[in-house]
Amino acid sequence: MLRNSPPGSADIGALERKATLLRRHMLTMARGQGQGYIGQGLGIADVLAALYFHELRYDPHNLAWSDRDRFLLSTGHYSIALWAALAEAGIIPVEELVTYGADNSRLEMSTLDTTPGVEVIGGSLGHGLGQGVGQALGLRIDKSDARVFVELSDGEMQEGSTWEAAMSASHFRLDGLVALIDCNGIQADGPVVLDMEPVADKWRAFGWQTSEIDGNEMSAVVGALTDARNRNGRPKAIVLRTLPGKGVPRIETSEKSHFFRIDVAQWDGIIAEFEKTVGVGR
Amino acid sequence: MSGAAMEAGRTLAMGQDEAVGGGRRSVEAPFGRALARLGGSRADIVGLTADLGKYTDILPFRDAFPDRFFNVGMAEQNLVAVAAGLARTGKVPFATTYGVFATRRAYDFIAIALAHSNLDVKIVAGLPGLTTGYGGTHQAIEDLALMRMIPGLTIIDPCDATEIEAATEAIADHRGPVYMRLLRGSVPVVFEPGYVFEIGKARRLRGGSDVGIISTGLMTERALDASDALQKQGIAAGVLHVPTIKPFDTAAVAEFAASVGRIVTVENHVVVGGLASLVVETLFDAGIGKTVTRIGLPDRYIECGAVPTLQAKYGLTTEAVIATVVGLS
Repeated sequence: MLRNSPPGSADIGALERKATLLRRHMLTMARGQGQGYIGQGLGIADVLAALYFHELRYDPHNLAWSDRDRFLLSTGHYSIALWAALAEAGIIPVEELVTYGADNSRLEMSTLDTTPGVEVIGGSLGHGLGQGVGQALGLRIDKSDARVFVELSDGEMQEGSTWEAAMSASHFRLDGLVALIDCNGIQADGPVVLDMEPVADKWRAFGWQTSEIDGNEMSAVVGALTDARNRNGRPKAIVLRTLPGKGVPRIETSEKSHFFRIDVAQWDGIIAEFEKTVGVGR
Repeated sequence: MSGAAMEAGRTLAMGQDEAVGGGRRSVEAPFGRALARLGGSRADIVGLTADLGKYTDILPFRDAFPDRFFNVGMAEQNLVAVAAGLARTGKVPFATTYGVFATRRAYDFIAIALAHSNLDVKIVAGLPGLTTGYGGTHQAIEDLALMRMIPGLTIIDPCDATEIEAATEAIADHRGPVYMRLLRGSVPVVFEPGYVFEIGKARRLRGGSDVGIISTGLMTERALDASDALQKQGIAAGVLHVPTIKPFDTAAVAEFAASVGRIVTVENHVVVGGLASLVVETLFDAGIGKTVTRIGLPDRYIECGAVPTLQAKYGLTTEAVIATVVGLS
């Protein structure tokens, strides 16, 4: 949101309703092509709602504003959630969301940086955090107090470049850098194939101020983001325990959660289930 | 210890022996000096290295602008990622490491984090081709071939100190990612002040049409010396210097090739994928059916040893160029 001072107290209920709205958008988007990374998107919805409608400082009408906070989505395939958030933020048209993943759509299944509001090409996993370090260094040179938020995932931590970046962030004392580590327990081959636990201890050992929360509990997300505001010479890591498919029981329990492809009738059933859960019209 | 002695100790410590040209004046650290000069007028220029600042001549910049210099340690993927992030905040990063590490270890980052977004990052890569005796781990014998495959990347292989200084200024002004080979330490002066370097332009440096030598990088020095020696033997060997590997000056190469009898390519690189391949592709596209003789490294890993010994063994010498041309005549 456009402002020049740190956000004040959050309206948790309003943010929860935003997260529900993002989920509704995502289900409509996935229905369009019958497929998508819906599990990851639903899982990260609460975090993106807290970022785009509470924590981040940005101007939807001036995306090049040099003092904006940056949000880097390193897991490019989570784009479904980013498009939903950018639409609600007024950066891309809501009507465009249904083109997700379609030919000639700029709402790709894995982000490129040609779409407005995208700060980095995600998708080649392990790229985001290092680029966040570079942006934080650049902002420091410019004496800007803008911050850099980088989303990455548990599977992505298997890329060694993640740790190269983690080392350098604490070495350079980048206290305006916030890593949001989505631990949803899945990766391409299924449940996390290489044990990454204890995740929080790893980040602490690399010199990061680290918290670990339920990433689907809005008050916890807002609280962790607030704790990450202090400029104490240390980068911040928030380990998010999230549930893939959160909010849609049929997706939460699916074994196909990494990538979801079903027919339109089934999507309609899933959407009906979702609306029943949240209460239509809320 | 004197500065010169420290310099010699440094070189010895890394096993490098650059085999500079005989009898020519040389300049110390032309890249670092040029970058430090640029830094004074260009506040957007920042420097980075991955624990090879001393060995890539970037310390003059660090000493002049410590707040705009970052050493990320031995982490080449992060070197390129951090440079990309800095570029997205409006900086023009110059990132140094060895060619082997930039290309082999950080390829995906150069391709996706830099080139895909056309970011303004300049990779400056030491120990190109066969300029170290440390063997395959340090000899970037195939870097031009690897980098050539990346869309939108500009690639420079400078010949001497004059060209390195001119190219450093040119790539700072150029919008987009660049991979430049670095000649470090005591670098010979082949081109006199006033030599004009232009990205994407080849230069005909010697007339003569019995044989046409097309060369790049430090091999142009050998090609010029060979041409002068051949002249005395009655062989007129023209020399076309092609310091920009990408975008390749196909018009100049085709025109030059059409004007000479036989064609010889000379490069400090494997003879596949680099200058020779570019020349052959250019000739084929232009419908010029002439035989091309390729001087360069074989498609195999090179052993350890003293650089002059290895360069002589693998034909990267003036004598080897002369012998090849004489053999064709």
